[in-house]
Amino acid sequence: MAIITMREAISQAIWEEMERDEKVFIMGEEVGVWGGTYAVTKGFLDHFGEERVRDTPIAESAIVGSAIGAALNGLRPIAELMTINFAFVAMDQIVNQAAKLHYMFGGQMVLPLVIRAPSGGGRQLGATHSQTPDVIFAHFPGLKVVAPGTPADAKGLLKSAIRSDDPILFIENATLYQMRGEVPEGEYTIPIGKSTVQRVGKDVTIVTYSKMVKYCLDAAEQLAKDGIEVEIVDLRSLRPLDMGPVITSFKKTNRAVIVEESWLSYGIGAEVSTRIYEEAFDYVDTPIQRVAQKEVPLPYNRHLEQLALPQIADIIQAVKEVLR
Amino acid sequence: MVNGEYLDIYKQMVLIRHLEEKAAELYQAGKVGGFLHLYIGEEAVSTGILAAREERDHVITAYRDHGVAVNAGIPVNQIVAELMGKATGISKGRGGSMHMADITRNFWGGHAIVGAHIPIATGLALADKMEKRDAVTICMFGEGATNIGFFHEGVNMAMVWKLPVLWICENNQYGMGTSPERASAVSNIIQKACGYGMPAYDVDGMDVLAVRDIVAARLQEIREGSGPQFVEARTYRFKGHSMGDPERYRSKDEVKKYVENGPIDRFRKFLIQKEGVQEKRLDEIDEEAAQEIMEAVEFADNSPEPADEDLFRNIYVEE
Repeated sequence: MAIITMREAISQAIWEEMERDEKVFIMGEEVGVWGGTYAVTKGFLDHFGEERVRDTPIAESAIVGSAIGAALNGLRPIAELMTINFAFVAMDQIVNQAAKLHYMFGGQMVLPLVIRAPSGGGRQLGATHSQTPDVIFAHFPGLKVVAPGTPADAKGLLKSAIRSDDPILFIENATLYQMRGEVPEGEYTIPIGKSTVQRVGKDVTIVTYSKMVKYCLDAAEQLAKDGIEVEIVDLRSLRPLDMGPVITSFKKTNRAVIVEESWLSYGIGAEVSTRIYEEAFDYVDTPIQRVAQKEVPLPYNRHLEQLALPQIADIIQAVKEVLR
Repeated sequence: MVNGEYLDIYKQMVLIRHLEEKAAELYQAGKVGGFLHLYIGEEAVSTGILAAREERDHVITAYRDHGVAVNAGIPVNQIVAELMGKATGISKGRGGSMHMADITRNFWGGHAIVGAHIPIATGLALADKMEKRDAVTICMFGEGATNIGFFHEGVNMAMVWKLPVLWICENNQYGMGTSPERASAVSNIIQKACGYGMPAYDVDGMDVLAVRDIVAARLQEIREGSGPQFVEARTYRFKGHSMGDPERYRSKDEVKKYVENGPIDRFRKFLIQKEGVQEKRLDEIDEEAAQEIMEAVEFADNSPEPADEDLFRNIYVEE
């Protein structure tokens, strides 16, 4: 196992897939000469050339729309959006086009398309650049939504996404690019739509994904000192949503906390807790708790921003609440 | 010797006309649901365009797509079946009037969000350029679509990358009920194309051969590497925007003026007067077309509804 950053893991996945298949190319704002806003594609332009490392105008509808067209016509584009907040500018192309064309035309059209976008708050970028709207995109059948929380998952899932014939929104977290983790040596992929257990425990099931996986692991370390063993299920894909490991874990612990970075209302917590109630009601010992962002547009001020975002202490408190 | 291509063009135009008249009837009878946008009056535009394209060239259009569907060569059986939502429809009953496509014929739809297919056309052309294929993408849209962001983003990007695209603005003079004078800062649409540094032309969209010729010339230059070009075809729709349009935005006299000099009548006159085609021959073609549509309705009537299990098919390639 090598220890690399999330940035390196994502970069390796794209590099390896571009080497493996010449139909794969990347396009987006500043992916070429600049080397990627988050330096994910640093060095790509020199190696792959400007046809396949394609700088675009600042025009998200055209970035996603033209990637759709190129995918329909035989290529395998990776469209990079500088942040997921800009995906709203391309919302029609993502939800009305990418998510619909295969089904709406009776299966004729195939879109091997990956849209990559960093999500998440905590960097004092203000309300318009700090959202975690991942769940919105998971609402639409026809689109797959992947959001890894570790470098190993990021690499394996991104490689699967690039090889998939379906349109996939691959959500990175802007504060995780420096996160380090063990990544298997050599070639590997991880299937899309499979949840995984990131920590084994017997007392409480925590269901989470993306950046909050790390928060939950840290919370688990602290809870372990008090003799509380939490099991952490990382969803990894929001659509398709794999509830299998969640239900298995819940049947063991009978208690759950759902943790997400975004707002509470209509969120992952609402969806996952309802499914637990539907599928495992007889195993419920106590009401499921949800940890999420406060219901405000994120402020610029560092203290206020952190006050709004879910913290490790909130997770610990919620776990203790379900154990009361 | 009668020009066979001309007779084929005539046949396609009357086939569209009969299809559309029948579609309106089926809609009134409750056999066609949703929105129905008829192409009556605009037949010369798509017929002229498709007469000029090579089979390898891509065509993509907006929701008023029945004409292109016919011209692209989709059998009318599958078109009528799609209108009626049957399993035998070209989109398996999933798309309806606004979403017909046949990618085996390089016809990419049938798109119902105004202008949204314009960036997609940019991408179709991008793939051809990157793969060094000798194909041009022909993207049709109404004049109303030139006011939406998709147009400006998609056209600009195609121009920056010098992609093989022919943009065709089908100006039927109303975006639903709003004329360019009321909705566009420049009512002369080709000025917008000029703004992006593109060669831009206008053509009488009621003259099928004029459309064919200008499109052929543009395609030739694009194949030679000119980058994107733009054609505005001035046309007119004889019927409402969709079924149930009260048409408060235009006068009956205005409609009458265009109907009296419609594209099919004009071409018919040309064939008789300049090409020496006998009226009887054209009447026979007309009759054949009507018969084909009758048979298509019968085919669609006798076709099965999609199976219930079909509901969950094709959401993804990899389930």
